[in-house]
Amino acid sequence: MKENRILIVDDEKIVRESLTHWFEEEGYVIESAENGNEALRIFSRGKFDLALLDMKMPGMTGLELLRKIKDIDENCIVILITAFASVPTAIQALKDGAYDYVTKPVDPDELNNIVRNALESRKLKIENVELKKQIDSFIIPENLVGESPQMRKIIDLIHTVAETDSTVMLRGESGTGKELVAKAIHQNSKRKYFPIITVNCGALSESLLESELFGHEKGAFTGAHFRRKGKFEIANGGTIFLDEIGSVSSKTQVELLRVIESKKFNRVGGNEMVESDFRIITATNEPLEKLIDDGKFRKDLYYRLNVITINIPPLRERIQDIPILANHFLKKYSELMNKGITDISKKALDQLLNYDWPGNVRELENTIERAIVIGKSDSIEPDDLHLKESNFTIDNGFSFSGDNGNSLEDMERKYILKVLNGNNWNISKSAEILEIERVTLYNKINKYGLRKIK
Amino acid sequence: MNLNIVPLKFSNDPLLRKLTERLSIYFDEIKIFYTPVNIEPAYNPARRQYHSTKILESIIKSNPEESGLYLILTELDLFVPVLTHVFGEAQLKGRFSIVSVCRLYEEFYTAESNPKLVLNRSIKEALHEIGHNLGLYHCRNWECIMHSSNNVEEIDTKGLFYCKECSEILKSSGIKHPTAT
Repeated sequence: MKENRILIVDDEKIVRESLTHWFEEEGYVIESAENGNEALRIFSRGKFDLALLDMKMPGMTGLELLRKIKDIDENCIVILITAFASVPTAIQALKDGAYDYVTKPVDPDELNNIVRNALESRKLKIENVELKKQIDSFIIPENLVGESPQMRKIIDLIHTVAETDSTVMLRGESGTGKELVAKAIHQNSKRKYFPIITVNCGALSESLLESELFGHEKGAFTGAHFRRKGKFEIANGGTIFLDEIGSVSSKTQVELLRVIESKKFNRVGGNEMVESDFRIITATNEPLEKLIDDGKFRKDLYYRLNVITINIPPLRERIQDIPILANHFLKKYSELMNKGITDISKKALDQLLNYDWPGNVRELENTIERAIVIGKSDSIEPDDLHLKESNFTIDNGFSFSGDNGNSLEDMERKYILKVLNGNNWNISKSAEILEIERVTLYNKINKYGLRKIK
Repeated sequence: MNLNIVPLKFSNDPLLRKLTERLSIYFDEIKIFYTPVNIEPAYNPARRQYHSTKILESIIKSNPEESGLYLILTELDLFVPVLTHVFGEAQLKGRFSIVSVCRLYEEFYTAESNPKLVLNRSIKEALHEIGHNLGLYHCRNWECIMHSSNNVEEIDTKGLFYCKECSEILKSSGIKHPTAT
């Protein structure tokens, strides 16, 4: 444990000696000075956690010394000692930053308690500053891993968007990490000291969702035995994350629009207007534009929610992140399950790279977790992966996963990558196989953001 | 190691006898050592108390010839400047210490006599100051005799022995059975 350093300043030698002796027995490191100037000299040589100053000293008074000490180190605790209590002086001392003020002779119990509490409070104050610094630094959630250009762009967007209070819409396939991005925006915004509340709109019926979002009064409906706060109310000061916004009913859409515009609402069954200050982040994997065309989603709500859009790419569009993510999950679950699996074999990694990941990062995470559970050796082998055959790229490098990623550009990107990987990224050889110029191949590599995976 | 107990303005012979008996487990020999100590310079008429540091200085100056530690046992009310009172004082890593039983007597607070309680308090304070002589600082363990006590309630709360950590330190100090419990 760190020894606390105390500086004792008193013009009376006997007082200095008594206090030095008293505090030395407590295990503190003590230095003493007989006047203000000597104290400042000692103070300039090293840091002190606490200073005990006599109020009345020839030359510099305790109050003057207090101000000078606070100028040098505002974290140093200063306690003043005086022979007689004077309320105005005590008030002035406290105004100037003294922690406390004791009158001679002081009860040993009182002095020890004051010093102990002061040092404890100093320690907590310093810890608090350190913790706030940590919170204030840009936080990327642990699972939001990746070095692909797409991922870097998303991180940049999170940074930019977090500084504003605008409504954000996150779009991406299931399992791409929309909730993680929402949390990252919240954790890096000025609202970070308040909660982020997640509501999965798709999981609740219309009436339940309304009660969930706006809360309800006692007796509002059968089973409403107590007044309950809604998510909008709980999110006061923070962020509300509405997942699967596309599944919200027309009636609730109207309610939502009103709340977003006024930041005011009634609890279900209530008349009292509740105000709440929240930021909205929504997420969807549905084509909202199509829902608007079909009359299933309100256009005005869409524009309200879609101020800033962040598109989160599916994993198959950022395959250079697969090894990084796979190793991240390997480390996470290997530690969690206390298994000694430390590596992914070359063959297993090839399988991971050639798989189409319709379930995206979530599927990759589950695959690695399962592989660690059933894995017998110290590395993950192809047999441990159990990937669906139908989602594998076929011999010529194409993959047909069903709904997504089968455009001509997707196919071209996959095929080029396949050829490059198959030829160890030998550009001339790959260009020859693809029957295109080397410069064209370079252009395609840049266009699709392809990277050699080490 | 020997201990010399120096009674100074101390009239409670039964307490002195029992305390000596209790401390004897730690020392090869305990002597009751009567020596004149000049307490006049230590007296503060305004406070009607005695400055413990000055009493210690006085005995140190007299350079007593017996080997071992010296524990002054007194019924005088002790103080050090700044503090209202002290139960005792010791030279840290030295040979001399002083314990006052003045504020250990239950009569000081409740006007009721309790010799057994006073004996326990005296043992704790004597071993506490001796601990300082032997190089121990205040201990955070509430059970340990080296825990700092600023009032009798705290003295009553702590145990009668050195804790494990403090006993370890005392093993090389020369006292007998430092780990006694």
